[in-house]
Amino acid sequence: MNKRQIKLMQGNEACVEGALAAGIKFYAGYPITPSTEIAELCAEKLPQVGGKFIQMEDEIAGIAATIGGSLTGLKSMTATSGPGFSLKQENIGYAALAEIPCVIVNVQRAGPSTGLPTAPSQGDIMQAKWGTHGDHPVIALSPTSVRETYDLTIKAFNFSEKYRTPVILLLDEIIGHMREKVEIPNSDEIEIIDRLKPSVEDADEYMAYKPKKGELVPPMAAFGEGFNFHVTGLMHDDFGFPTNDANISDQLLRRIMKKIDNNVNDITMYEEEFMEDAEFLVLAYGGTYRSARSAVKKARLLGYKVGLFKALTIWPFPEKRIREISNKIKKILVPEMNLGQYVLEVERVVKNESEVHHLGKVNGEAITPEEILSKIREVL
Amino acid sequence: MNTGSQLIKNNFRVEKLPHIWCPGCGHGILMRAVTEAIENLNLDKKKVCIVSGIGCSSRAPGYMDFNTLHTTHGRALAFATGIKLAKPELKVIVITGDGDCTAIGGNHLIHAARRNIDITTIVFNNNIYGMTGGQYSPTTPKNEFGTTAPFGNIDKAFDVCKLADGAGATYVARGTAYHVKQLIKLVEKGINNKGFSLIDAISICPTYYGRKNKKGLAVDMMNYLKDNAVDVKAVKKFQKEILEDKFVIGEFKNTTEPEYTDEYNKILEKVKHLHK
Amino acid sequence: MVSRKEIRLSGSGGQGLILGGIILAEAAILDGNNAVQSQSYGPEARGGASKAEVIVSSKAIDYPKVEKADVLLALTQIAYNKYINTLDSNGILIIDSTIEHDHNRNIHKVIQAPILSIASNKVGRAMVANIVAIGLIQQLTNVVTKNSLETAVLNRVPKGTEKLNKSALLEGYQLAKNKYYLEAASV
Repeated sequence: MNKRQIKLMQGNEACVEGALAAGIKFYAGYPITPSTEIAELCAEKLPQVGGKFIQMEDEIAGIAATIGGSLTGLKSMTATSGPGFSLKQENIGYAALAEIPCVIVNVQRAGPSTGLPTAPSQGDIMQAKWGTHGDHPVIALSPTSVRETYDLTIKAFNFSEKYRTPVILLLDEIIGHMREKVEIPNSDEIEIIDRLKPSVEDADEYMAYKPKKGELVPPMAAFGEGFNFHVTGLMHDDFGFPTNDANISDQLLRRIMKKIDNNVNDITMYEEEFMEDAEFLVLAYGGTYRSARSAVKKARLLGYKVGLFKALTIWPFPEKRIREISNKIKKILVPEMNLGQYVLEVERVVKNESEVHHLGKVNGEAITPEEILSKIREVL
Repeated sequence: MNTGSQLIKNNFRVEKLPHIWCPGCGHGILMRAVTEAIENLNLDKKKVCIVSGIGCSSRAPGYMDFNTLHTTHGRALAFATGIKLAKPELKVIVITGDGDCTAIGGNHLIHAARRNIDITTIVFNNNIYGMTGGQYSPTTPKNEFGTTAPFGNIDKAFDVCKLADGAGATYVARGTAYHVKQLIKLVEKGINNKGFSLIDAISICPTYYGRKNKKGLAVDMMNYLKDNAVDVKAVKKFQKEILEDKFVIGEFKNTTEPEYTDEYNKILEKVKHLHK
Repeated sequence: MVSRKEIRLSGSGGQGLILGGIILAEAAILDGNNAVQSQSYGPEARGGASKAEVIVSSKAIDYPKVEKADVLLALTQIAYNKYINTLDSNGILIIDSTIEHDHNRNIHKVIQAPILSIASNKVGRAMVANIVAIGLIQQLTNVVTKNSLETAVLNRVPKGTEKLNKSALLEGYQLAKNKYYLEAASV
């Protein structure tokens, strides 16, 4: 096996390197802090692998062109932050209903509105799930390190292609802008998933929205390959043609939800530490996880029996596991850089089994280990 | 020249017809004209991609047997730009409406024109928002009526052709649902232009625009197009006063400038040696 | 073995402090340690107070930001005033000679040295003050090895400026040897 490359890398850079490893060939976006390095690096690197980069006239055009690129068969991505993520919402719903794979990176910054453009936040957790109108499938991943940014970007592409759905990669300014030592895995260590395509012989009878029997994800043809199919953001039949039919509409929406719901075990990624004798759990994600780990280690030294849960998949929520945990652990703390978003999901799932506490911070500064530690002390 | 039935069989998803447009609407004529231009140019159907936004006009691609994409309101050109850049061998045609193209999608129009990306845009211009029931659009003439302009429209109307010209389109023309033969030629030339082309195709909307503004029945509105369109080549012959109530059709601009995907290909050439 | 060391480089935008931080972090990695580098990112990065942070450890680095700096470099008065309170009580303060230091402060070790003037007058380019500073930090802390630091500097600086930067680094080393600049702790 080749020796892994070791280097100092920025989170946003790792996102681009991960995308390249996953096979990205198309990027369209609009500059916005703190995600801009992703666009800059794609502009430089994509042409070198025969890929395409375009800076569009606005955020909406950025995701629209990304979806267009994906329809021609290319793995496509766009990146943005806060206000740009708001602007992209309509077309995220479009990609979900029209089942067009693409990756949307949101390097979260403090909002609402223009907010603190250069400061970290985790304020878009609920927007990632509910941002576009209507029920729709959502996959959102959030890394806690530069190396995980690399890995989860690849995962984002894999899930997107496998389930024909947009995938949201939620970075935050802490992870996006920090540089740290990373070991880049060799290509033979990386699993790459490409979208399922119909066979050419099926061109005449091709149904862009009809999965094979017993399956949920229909094979996806590319524009220009002789499959002449229709794509719309209206409710549509198996061919892709618009319909008002109640049954067809109901079945379509339920099927695209099931793509995720029936595969939560494949999609939900989390890690646990210090759990054996834990009487108290800290559940964290993204940049805040780093502070949480430091705090939990300090608490352990002080004799507190604290466990640590790292959510890498934000959506779908790791519901089953949190419910199991709440049978044993009666106090859960959720620190996050918002005024209470992911904690709502924890409360929903544990019901009254465990006591749920929240530590929120929205002043544009990271939550410190000391702050988490003193909250642990206060609660225990 | 194609017989109608053959043209329809060759280019339409016949099983999806009839279309949803109102009796007397001009859009069906425009849609047919676009397919006739495609057929006359003998384009490979597998390589034709038709993209639309939202509105009456934007339902057209669903009936047309090509690679078809019905996007979100105003965004057809942004989606189309992605498709064209990703796969330049596709002939990308955008069908859009006056509201879709020049109001909510106005920013995408001017930037697609500025890039001179090889996309042919046909604006099905009926001077009204039809799908939502007759609100005034950026091409509703001043002082006319819409459901949201009950006391008369005080907005000045866009001249879509001048807008596209000013933004950098290299082929600009106007046709009508009445002057079909000319329109087919204009669309053909637009498609043949290697760059951004815009054809402002004047339609008629008897249901909303017509009724709101007492323009009569569909036939009367067709007669209006016939009687008031002046060909650009003939404009000089008329006195200014006579032209005041008329509108000009024909080819306004046909030039050659560097095209966006060609320019991008040059970058790909330039950095080829950096490829690991 | 390096236990967690937190270094904060502060000054004004344009003094190359972020690059200085990146070089220190890359040197640490060459030594086989872990390193995290971050910076204040905002309008001030283009002027006014600017800071870069580096954390070095042979173990995993959890919290990626400086809590209490083990080393604080301040090249301007504004940066000194803004960050002086973030220095650990056992920390080292490294300040440029142009800074007015408050001697009543309880600081373990203070080094005041003409970093900016050495860069401008002796090395000949104001822009290499960052390299002079990290040379000085290396000598005072051993947080990275000399070999790795030299390699890291040469990997990062623009082509054609290697000689200039190498001499800036040597001047930094030299500064540490001059006892004249070192002050005893004020307690």
